Amino acid sequence: MCSESVAVAKGGQAQEAGVSAGAGPGFMALLRTELLLAIRRRADIVNPLLFFVTVLAMMPLGIGPDPEMLARMAPGLIWVMALLATLLSQESLFRGDYEDGSLEQISLLPQPLYFAVLAKVAVHWLVTGLPLAVLSPLLGLMLNLPAAGYLPLVISLLLGTASLSLIGAVGAALTVALQRPGLLLALIIMPLYVPVLIFGTGTVQAALDGYAYSAQLAVLGAILAAAAALAPLAAAGAIRISLDH
Amino acid sequence: MAWQWFHRLGSPRWFYQKSSAWLPWLGVASLLLLLIGCVWGLGFAPQDGKQGNSYRIIYIHVPAAFLALAGYYIMAICGAIGLIWKMKLSFVVMRAAAPIGAALTFISLFTGALWGKPTWGTYWVWDARITSMLILFFLYLGVMALSGAFSREQSGDKASALLALVGTVNIPIIYKSVDWWFTLHQPATLKLTQASTIDPSMFYPLITMIAGFYLFYAWVLTLHTRTMILQREWRTQWVRELLGQTAPGRP
Repeated sequence: MCSESVAVAKGGQAQEAGVSAGAGPGFMALLRTELLLAIRRRADIVNPLLFFVTVLAMMPLGIGPDPEMLARMAPGLIWVMALLATLLSQESLFRGDYEDGSLEQISLLPQPLYFAVLAKVAVHWLVTGLPLAVLSPLLGLMLNLPAAGYLPLVISLLLGTASLSLIGAVGAALTVALQRPGLLLALIIMPLYVPVLIFGTGTVQAALDGYAYSAQLAVLGAILAAAAALAPLAAAGAIRISLDH
Repeated sequence: MAWQWFHRLGSPRWFYQKSSAWLPWLGVASLLLLLIGCVWGLGFAPQDGKQGNSYRIIYIHVPAAFLALAGYYIMAICGAIGLIWKMKLSFVVMRAAAPIGAALTFISLFTGALWGKPTWGTYWVWDARITSMLILFFLYLGVMALSGAFSREQSGDKASALLALVGTVNIPIIYKSVDWWFTLHQPATLKLTQASTIDPSMFYPLITMIAGFYLFYAWVLTLHTRTMILQREWRTQWVRELLGQTAPGRP
């Protein structure tokens, strides 16, 4: 494709906006461009979702069709698969921009790189985390998830996948200069996903056991707030290291 | 003038030359303490009322777990110093600390598994501490894998330093969440036979072993750092001279 013109357009558009009126308009311009790019490359949106559904369909084939056992495992299975789907789609987060040079242009903008990372992560969440959360009740149905679990599953996935996207952005930024970062990215990011996974499945499990689950959701929200504040900073630092490479 | 030592510390050559004097002291002191601690702990400390002799593995297990955790912070702090002051030596120490820390984490997991068999009746339990240590092990492996993945050394240094720092922020969160997860999932049959107070006759050999492990860590870290300095600086004049002295046959 015309990657150079995209790079120039992206850099130019964001730069004009950034110079004219601080971080806000630059952020919005980048958000709009990224969203447009994501929508034009439909495979990037559809593939993680297909992966999510396909692997979950493999699960009953592997562990047996017993509805009770599936119901017990459903929250964990859905959450682990959501985590993997996010992780796999994360690899390409900065790759295109790194290869066509627009990442370098973006890093030269007068506005902090923090906002650019935040815009890219927001778009990543809009095209992977959000659809995953919307699709999850269907998978819950296939895995015989009891009725009490649907609402907490969707809410916890909405909050949790946003944190996953933010944390994963650090790994994507660290490995963007490498040729084949796939497995390495998984290796360095998976341990950092642990708290989100624990509280995500904890939310659904608490609801299934008949307890209030607002505490778990509150912790997920706290993790999201901390990740939104810190992860783009770390990712911005990592981008500068990768651009140096 | 007061900061001169700090800038000197940044020079791998200065460190290499100075540390030759420390090495014998560190080595002798750590081996002596480890020997005393082992004989005292394994031979002379009293038996545990409930666990008999099997508790004696704490003389290896606890110091290794101590240093596995402390080692991560040492690694991360060295990485931070390297990122902030662009100090070459600091990155070398960070890289050298990663495999040592991973090995100590593995030792504490392994000895924990061996200890679990006679006391809990199983090698592996998804206990909060064991799980946290396992995740710490993965964090170490991640830092090692990332630092090795870059063809340019400086990029690998900085990237793995940043990852180590991100891990540092996450370790308390991971520990808390695993703890919470464990209290929710705790199986009823499992009881940790952890004595609330430890008798002085068992405690003193343990302290000796911990001190010995700390010195041993410092010794091994210095040795590994020195080797890495030689590998990195092999093109420089002083390394060539050094190698020329020890191996006159080489061109």
